[in-house]
Amino acid sequence: MGAPLPASTSQHLFLSGNEAVALAVRDAGCRVAAAYPGTPSTEILEVLATYPELYAEWSVNEKVSLEVALGASMVGARSFCAMKHVGLNVASDALMTMTVTGTAGGLVIAVADDVGMSSSQNEQDSRYWGRFAHLPVFEPSDAQEAYDMTRAAFALSERHRCPVLLRLTTRICHVKGRVLAAERETCEPAGFVKDPQRWVMVPGNARPRLPLMFERDAALRAEAEGSSLNPVVAGRDRRVGFVASGPAFMHVREAFPDAPVLKLGFSYPVPLDLARVFAAGVDQVVVVEETEALVETELRAAGIACVGKDLLPRTGELSPDVLRPAIAALLGEVQPEVAQVAAQRVFPRPPTMCVACPHLGVYYTLSQLRNISISGDIGCYTLGAGQPWNALDTCISMGASMGVALGMDKGRGPADEKKSVVAVIGDSTFLHMGMQGLLDITWNRGNVTVLLLDNRAVGMTGGQDNPGTGRDIHGEAAPRIDFAKLCEALGVKAERIRVVDPYQLPVLFKALREETKIAEPSVIITDRPCVLIDDYQATPPYKVIDDRCTGCGNCVDVGCPAIHVTRREKAVKASGKEVDLAFVRIETAACTGCGLCVQPCAPEAIVHARPAQPVAFLRKI
Amino acid sequence: MKTNNILVCGIGGQGVMTATEILAEAALSLGYDAKKTEVAGMSQRGGVVSSHLRFGEKILSPQIAAGEADLLVGFEAAEALRWAHMLRPGGVALVNLGRLVPPVVNLGLYDYPADPVAQMRDLGLEVHAFDASALAQELGNIRLGNTVMLGAMADRLPFPADVLRDAVLARFASRKPALLDLNRQAFERGRRAVAEAEAA
Ligand SMILES: Cc1ncc(C[n+]2csc(CCOP(=O)(O)OP(=O)(O)O)c2C)c(N)n1
Ligand code: SF4
Ligand code: SF4
Repeated sequence: MGAPLPASTSQHLFLSGNEAVALAVRDAGCRVAAAYPGTPSTEILEVLATYPELYAEWSVNEKVSLEVALGASMVGARSFCAMKHVGLNVASDALMTMTVTGTAGGLVIAVADDVGMSSSQNEQDSRYWGRFAHLPVFEPSDAQEAYDMTRAAFALSERHRCPVLLRLTTRICHVKGRVLAAERETCEPAGFVKDPQRWVMVPGNARPRLPLMFERDAALRAEAEGSSLNPVVAGRDRRVGFVASGPAFMHVREAFPDAPVLKLGFSYPVPLDLARVFAAGVDQVVVVEETEALVETELRAAGIACVGKDLLPRTGELSPDVLRPAIAALLGEVQPEVAQVAAQRVFPRPPTMCVACPHLGVYYTLSQLRNISISGDIGCYTLGAGQPWNALDTCISMGASMGVALGMDKGRGPADEKKSVVAVIGDSTFLHMGMQGLLDITWNRGNVTVLLLDNRAVGMTGGQDNPGTGRDIHGEAAPRIDFAKLCEALGVKAERIRVVDPYQLPVLFKALREETKIAEPSVIITDRPCVLIDDYQATPPYKVIDDRCTGCGNCVDVGCPAIHVTRREKAVKASGKEVDLAFVRIETAACTGCGLCVQPCAPEAIVHARPAQPVAFLRKI
Repeated sequence: MKTNNILVCGIGGQGVMTATEILAEAALSLGYDAKKTEVAGMSQRGGVVSSHLRFGEKILSPQIAAGEADLLVGFEAAEALRWAHMLRPGGVALVNLGRLVPPVVNLGLYDYPADPVAQMRDLGLEVHAFDASALAQELGNIRLGNTVMLGAMADRLPFPADVLRDAVLARFASRKPALLDLNRQAFERGRRAVAEAEAA
């Protein structure tokens, strides 16, 4: 969580791209900063929240965060918002009209694309929004540029009275490099000026503003042509001249130090005249951009011959080891073999749920139920789709579990008639986009059982706060949403709402069995905290008594990473059936005593590691 | 000036990123340019983490290409094997023999390699291995494992070991003196252990 920036020994700071953006936002005199967490952008707001000189908030979703930033801009304050790529899909409704109104105080939107998909449900190229919304796009190539371009973006925003998109990627956000900060500015908000023709977007007011947007496009393009953010790096080897942006610029420089490069830092509108002059000075032009063929297509449309995605991959990062063989092939050269050992086959190590995660109880229970379709959502609980539970059947976008579940219910034919539809959603996801879906379920009388996993945290992105935690971005006390009341207000009958402890497996099992039998919307709320946050209290750990363990492996099916198999055996049952046995131990140093694995252990082989205390769980499922 | 490429790998929660950060601070304190990058898919949840540090006069791309790491530091034995192909010919691997077995292995879906270090040596790599996890446990805290591993690296850098030790201890300067001392010990134990492994 937001740690203050480290002190540096020289004037240089060693910052990640995210930290550099945050510092620049502060140094630009920004007054309001808002975001909803999302990898790889999360740390920007975490750092901004450590600066007392500005207002920072976690918003409930990206659309709201952008609207907060716009409101601040309307009163003349410099404002900022950050999001991951898919966040801008959510915020796009506001974006597409604020490009018509334009802004007053400088407004910068940092949008972080997860190129390479380290932690996302898809890969998208947010530079498209610049084209769609007629907005300028800046693309830094490292942390220093992230700082400098953020500062420049506020100035550009105020010169052209429009938001500026600062397009980051994972390889900018999470890479640390040396950063030299510039002098700080102070900006007093000019005050709100009532101007309905500008701020009230009804057709009569919006129509005359549309041409202004196109005039602005032309002005921005003129500025991009002469911008110092679009330098040409000279090079002796003119066989290939590269046009590159973002982290790919550094990769090109690394792989081809002698080649000329047109660097696009101010990458939209594309400076076509500059590109034409550049192209004239080299044998051929290769466009290196992550990830879609945007600049390439626009150069071609302007009659500038170039190579791009015919040669280079359309997904993932364009790192030096991707570029070198591709360019060698283009030039008909033989790529020198790198003397290296072959990559070795090692088991995969997918992310796991934490030891004692409250979601473990939920997925263990769901994995025991037959004849259910489980409409899932995004968060740590998406891991329930994996081993050993295999108990989540869909994952699309935040909040989608609700609508998808309703659609599964309404669309079902004979094949699914006997199945129950269950939706699983986390607290933060529910508040982000799930509430409307639940309202749709109740209003349209869907037969869906919703599992609302309230772990009092945005677990997936590191345990941030949300309106359900009772704390704000600074950890200060804030009004806390009551999920049961909220669900009731959204139309779920009070008797169809239960709050259960996910560590009490029999209780959870019974609640699920009963609610799935009733053909009405119902909500089961689990109420134990994520183990990453301070609310979580560890209890004394457990151990396995060796000679009591029968090797049934039931505890392994809970999926807690503290449980380890010590040996495997095959045994033949009385029925003649062969079974695999797995004998276990518990890593006592890791176990926090949640008691989940104790419950399915029939021979009572799992006991407290230190002075044995009675196990306070119901045993029968 | 040559660019130095160090790759540190392990799993989420082992302190891989912090160790690389400290290494970077040491290099920066001598005036090197440095960039540090991670490939960490949801690493907080026990996934694979590999952290790249490049330092030298001027660093462009932050990523170390396969076959170009001078030093591979494995905080976990199977992880060192996973990234073995990143080493350059003549590069050196320092490996913690401590094992972290993931649920997919416990569930019987995959096998943990019988002897990851032997497998690396069979590939012709120079590997120095010791049980850093056990050393950290002996000092009373498994979390000291990353300081032990930093100690192990200390004599293989293009600058004196003291520079790295000072960078490690600077982290704990404002904390309890006992913690500072434990880290000093962990650092020296790592240094000694790797020297012994090399001599053996
Ligand atoms: C539109 C959008 N914004 C942000 C994200 C990143 N993200 C994925 S899941 C998640 C929240 C998870 O929190 P919660 O629902 O409380 O579940 P938990 O991880 O705590 O189990 C976030 C912020 C995303 N995938 N999509
Ligand atoms: S971070 Fe929290 S919610 Fe996520 S797996 Fe760990 S305990 Fe569970
Ligand atoms: S009691 Fe069992 S399930 Fe809970 S943390 Fe310990 S080992 Fe894991």
